[in-house]
Amino acid sequence: MIHDLIILGAGPAGITAAVYAARKRLNFMVVTRDIGGQAAISGDIENYTGYQFITGPDLAKKFADHLKQFSFPLKEGEAVNRVEKLADQIFKVITDQGEYMGKALIVATGKVPRPLLVPGEAEFKNRGVSYCATCDGPLFSGKTVAVVGGGNSALDAALSLTKIAKQVYLVNINPRFTGDPIMEEKIRATDNVVILNNSQTLKIIGDKFVTGIEIKTGKDTEVLPVQGVFVEAGLTPNSAFIDFVDKNKFGEIEVNCTTETSTPGVFAAGDVTTVPDKQIIIAAGEGSKAALRAFRYLAELK
Amino acid sequence: MVKVYSTATCPYCHLAKQFLAENKIEFEDIDVSVNQQAAEEMIQKSQQMGVPVLDIDGTIVIGFDKAKIKQLLKI
Repeated sequence: MIHDLIILGAGPAGITAAVYAARKRLNFMVVTRDIGGQAAISGDIENYTGYQFITGPDLAKKFADHLKQFSFPLKEGEAVNRVEKLADQIFKVITDQGEYMGKALIVATGKVPRPLLVPGEAEFKNRGVSYCATCDGPLFSGKTVAVVGGGNSALDAALSLTKIAKQVYLVNINPRFTGDPIMEEKIRATDNVVILNNSQTLKIIGDKFVTGIEIKTGKDTEVLPVQGVFVEAGLTPNSAFIDFVDKNKFGEIEVNCTTETSTPGVFAAGDVTTVPDKQIIIAAGEGSKAALRAFRYLAELK
Repeated sequence: MVKVYSTATCPYCHLAKQFLAENKIEFEDIDVSVNQQAAEEMIQKSQQMGVPVLDIDGTIVIGFDKAKIKQLLKI
């Protein structure tokens, strides 16, 4: 069976695209690893119009409820491995569980935490290495931990960990932080953070669990004895599965102001694209644009 | 018997508990950020330190693995 449209991803962009596609009565399907995307793991949201305050999980739940009032194939828990362009303007989506064909695609697969790609990182994931300080932080009560990164997410993680851990090392590869000065002031006001600028993470060491992190500051290499390593080194777009659309040097998919990519029939929306500001409301808006544009594209195909 | 080892601030724990509640599955919620003994128990059982961890009749599920949870609970 060939669908009119396949939407990849179900964060704010993918869900909004699906709502619009359903209302346009398109024959579409959604393939996604999870529902809600990064919104579902956000903390407090105070800038989504209509909600003066809502938590990430609650907003994601509302998005999901809206999505699920429509009847369409929803493939949840599937990761997209590859997308191919076949003859006759047909696209094939290959996931870890199946293959689907569509005449148009909306790529709304968002961003994922950027790994450090150092030895020990993958090995000790969830055994001391964490990508979510909000989630796993409380398990490190009274322990010594390192936070790797220098942006707002790293400063935010370090600050929340100062209230839980005995000692926090903030390992920043750059000479200074890229996060907001107000966050840095808050960090400097605590008494259990050691700031290590110009410090590169070389490897993560341990046996059953993490026991240390090896860093290089200038010419000096040292091992910090830590039980936890929180990786907060930014995000990377989830776009490796598609190679026939133009991307920028970060891997973000190039889109024009109507969400069209360099390949006709492929649209992209949300954090996976080059649209400059990454906000839930922007992603949702881009998702609606992508669905409307895909609808028009399909109408012109027939 | 379903146990959920969680922390109050963990969004995936929240999603997991919401999913169980929606499916009318009774569960015991254990906050490992305040209960150090339970935290050790969770680490021992799951051999890892990430939350949530679900104990479904003795089978350990790490993270909010919806497909596995559905399969174990037959929902």
